[in-house]
Amino acid sequence: MVITIPSSRKLCTFRVGDLYLGVDVLDVQEVLYHQEITEVPGSHETVSGLINLRGQVAAALDLRVRFQLPVRAEGVQPVHVVVRSNGEAVSLLVDEIIDVTDVQVEDFEEAPDTVPAATRELIKGAYKLKDQLLFTLDIDRTVQLDPFFNPEDHS
Amino acid sequence: MDEIIGEFVVESMEGIDRLDQNLIVLETDPKNHGILDDIFRTLHSIKGACGFLDFATLEKVAHRGENLLSLLREDVLDVTPEITDALLATVDAIRAMLEVVGESGEEGSQDVSELLITLERIAAQGDPNAEPADPNAEAEMPQEDGDATNDAPADPDAAATEGDRVGDILTETGEADRVDVEIAAKEQELGDQRPIGEILVDEKKTTPAKVDEALTKQAETRSSAPVDSTIRVDVKLLDKLMNLVGELVLTRNQIVELADNHPEEHFTPTAHSLNLITSELQEGVMKTRMQPIGNLWAKLPRVVRDLSRQMDKKIEIEMDGADTELDKTIIEAIKDPLTHIVRNTVDHGIEPPADRLATGKPEAGVLRLKASHEGGLVTIEISDDGAGIDAARLKAKALKNGQISEEVAAKMSETEALYLIFMPGFSTAEKVSAVSGRGVGMDVVKTNIERIGGTVEVRTEMTVGTTFKIKIPLTLAIIPALTIRCAGSRFAIPQVNLLELVRTSAPRSEALEDFHGTPVFRLRGRLLPIVDLREQIGKPCRENERSVNIVVLQADDVHFGLVVDEILDTQEIVVKPLCAQVSSVPHYSGSTTMGDGRVALILDVMNLAGEAGLGLASKNYDVAGVSEGTEPEDLDDGTILLLDLGGEKRAALPLRTVARLEKFSAQDIETAKEQPVVQYRGSIMPLIDLAAMLGLGSHDMQYGERPLSVAVYNHEGNEVGLVVDAILDIVDNDGQIDTGSASVIRGKVTEVINPEAFGHIYNHRIEEIQAVDAGASW
Repeated sequence: MVITIPSSRKLCTFRVGDLYLGVDVLDVQEVLYHQEITEVPGSHETVSGLINLRGQVAAALDLRVRFQLPVRAEGVQPVHVVVRSNGEAVSLLVDEIIDVTDVQVEDFEEAPDTVPAATRELIKGAYKLKDQLLFTLDIDRTVQLDPFFNPEDHS
Repeated sequence: MDEIIGEFVVESMEGIDRLDQNLIVLETDPKNHGILDDIFRTLHSIKGACGFLDFATLEKVAHRGENLLSLLREDVLDVTPEITDALLATVDAIRAMLEVVGESGEEGSQDVSELLITLERIAAQGDPNAEPADPNAEAEMPQEDGDATNDAPADPDAAATEGDRVGDILTETGEADRVDVEIAAKEQELGDQRPIGEILVDEKKTTPAKVDEALTKQAETRSSAPVDSTIRVDVKLLDKLMNLVGELVLTRNQIVELADNHPEEHFTPTAHSLNLITSELQEGVMKTRMQPIGNLWAKLPRVVRDLSRQMDKKIEIEMDGADTELDKTIIEAIKDPLTHIVRNTVDHGIEPPADRLATGKPEAGVLRLKASHEGGLVTIEISDDGAGIDAARLKAKALKNGQISEEVAAKMSETEALYLIFMPGFSTAEKVSAVSGRGVGMDVVKTNIERIGGTVEVRTEMTVGTTFKIKIPLTLAIIPALTIRCAGSRFAIPQVNLLELVRTSAPRSEALEDFHGTPVFRLRGRLLPIVDLREQIGKPCRENERSVNIVVLQADDVHFGLVVDEILDTQEIVVKPLCAQVSSVPHYSGSTTMGDGRVALILDVMNLAGEAGLGLASKNYDVAGVSEGTEPEDLDDGTILLLDLGGEKRAALPLRTVARLEKFSAQDIETAKEQPVVQYRGSIMPLIDLAAMLGLGSHDMQYGERPLSVAVYNHEGNEVGLVVDAILDIVDNDGQIDTGSASVIRGKVTEVINPEAFGHIYNHRIEEIQAVDAGASW
């Protein structure tokens, strides 16, 4: 059997604050706008709430909170990027969807040390594009939240 | 290959389960050749598949079991308990090996030499010429010990399986001689194209009519084999279908609502048929997950047989309502509790034969399993005709183990004592046996059943028997629930936890009182601890509402009231598990989608009670303690009730002597022999002014404007109402307060009443009142 290593990948790219992020298009189930979110009192600060995906209940995680960025301005609707992790659908709230971008595997590099720890923890690395860096999100890590989180410590 | 092995394991396991049941039937009905043939076939097909998949040890075990079975089929041996034991051991060994195969795909390396020797030894009894077994030789040459009776059938007609060949049928019915049949079969092998029946007729060994008869019989046997009308479906797929149907139901509801609002539109009939089809679809999909409880019960005869043999008891098992259907997940959940109760019944419930005969009962005990539908719930009863449970003995044992105090034991009724068996760590067994007596079990049984929203009750009568009654919901996937709103969010509360709904007429500050730091509500004379949902979910409490909505809930044995903003509706909801990201929040047990498509959280009532500090200790605040079903520990903890006698005077009573706290208005109070009394719980209760009695002033009971606060005092079984100005609080007496003297409690001098001394003072008055009570009639 011949295994071919693809030299390019397609990433779904989006913006969260000033971060330019991407995930493999194959990991993205769908992109949604304007979802009714049910708040879950007592949950991790990253959890904006629960959404109904055609009968499946999925958690919506705010990537701004996850990356410890300033909160989204009042009245600005986030976009849901629904990804799958461990067989469960999870919605990632981002500021805007940018594009599906082709990247070359040889342009990939591990995250440089200058990237803040909070960010570096959640990304796999960066693609050096012509004019900027595209960080690839580590989905499994991003959706895994500290189970001992106590909302009272953070209020 | 993995797939083939997986399928082999699943199919063989099913066969193995059937073997268990069939062997038990065979033991009671040893001449049942139909069952024997079925057992033989099952083992034979396992053996065949093992040979194909190259599981040598497994094949050897199956083969030996089959050898023994063929001796039974030929009536060389009769079914004895020893043989049944050996065959069951074979089944167990095969099951264990199949489990290993299922996990690893490999056969594993179990030691089965002992079992093989046993099987060989028993088989040898049927064949005196057989050589004694040599396990070593066996291990080296697994394939070479087959004998003619069960090697691959000589019949070249592949469709015919063992036992239903025409020749066999003719031999069995005595219409043809086995030797003739074998000769005919040999001729076929040598190239004779004629069917075996024809050869026999041609040779004048039998008549065409007999052959026809045998052929009819053959056709019957073959057609009675299970028809392939079922397919295997992954449970996950069914779960997904269930989920989608739930959504369809919600969408249907929206469409129907839309159609109702636009009656002139043409889509009304379409909406109507959508409505019908969806309902039927929902029912159908629900049914796919249903299984008869008989599937679960089928394992029990084996359990009972093994245990009763071990304990030299004789037990018959009766089943009623085995076709009662339950959701698969529920069947799984009650499997262990049910088995545990049955084991307990065999071990403790049913007496040894000698004891039974001595009490005039038949030698064999009866264990009866009964299942039925009862109002959306399934009731399962496990009853025996054994010795019954001795409540007094339970009490004595619990007392000895220090699990209850003497005071509590004295107050405990027989029914309450019976429920001691559900207490963690409780056991009456004098010594720990392999079967039971470790004191783990019945509490786990109760917890497991309650976890799926069920209840367990026990009834017993000495020498007549004991019955356990389990009530469980039909399905976990769709449950009736109450929806409420709190702080802008909707929540669902499972109906099983719901007792009643209360809306107070007074604002919060008046309706709720503070009782030892916990807000409480007086519900028909009982103090109901209150949990504010807003507080639990981290939102500010509402103080200024004109009334309070209280949902009275039950979790385990704790009753409590949950304060919510608004009570919405009751409806059937489809329960969905919580996403991993929020599953660590303790307040919720799941989520669901509502009619408008939004998600609502399902409250975990048990956890809310726990989070609010209403552990097992607080129970339902029925201050006397032992109300039905509650375990009365923690009552005699030396806490005292602080009372205001008016005019800055205070008194305190040990809490354990106080049955209830009540309020009576002036109209309630009547007079008997110059003694103020009230009609209370069907009898006359005297009211005594505590202040006057202690010489600290007096109350005017008859003409008071506001209701009288009364502590119902329990004196040697008689209730007396002690009138006080106000009931203040409960105080922990950590040994620093002496009863029978004045102490400083909370900065004030307080008369601490010694119940015994107090008793002497008013004993004569009690007697007077009792005389009144006896003569009263209404």
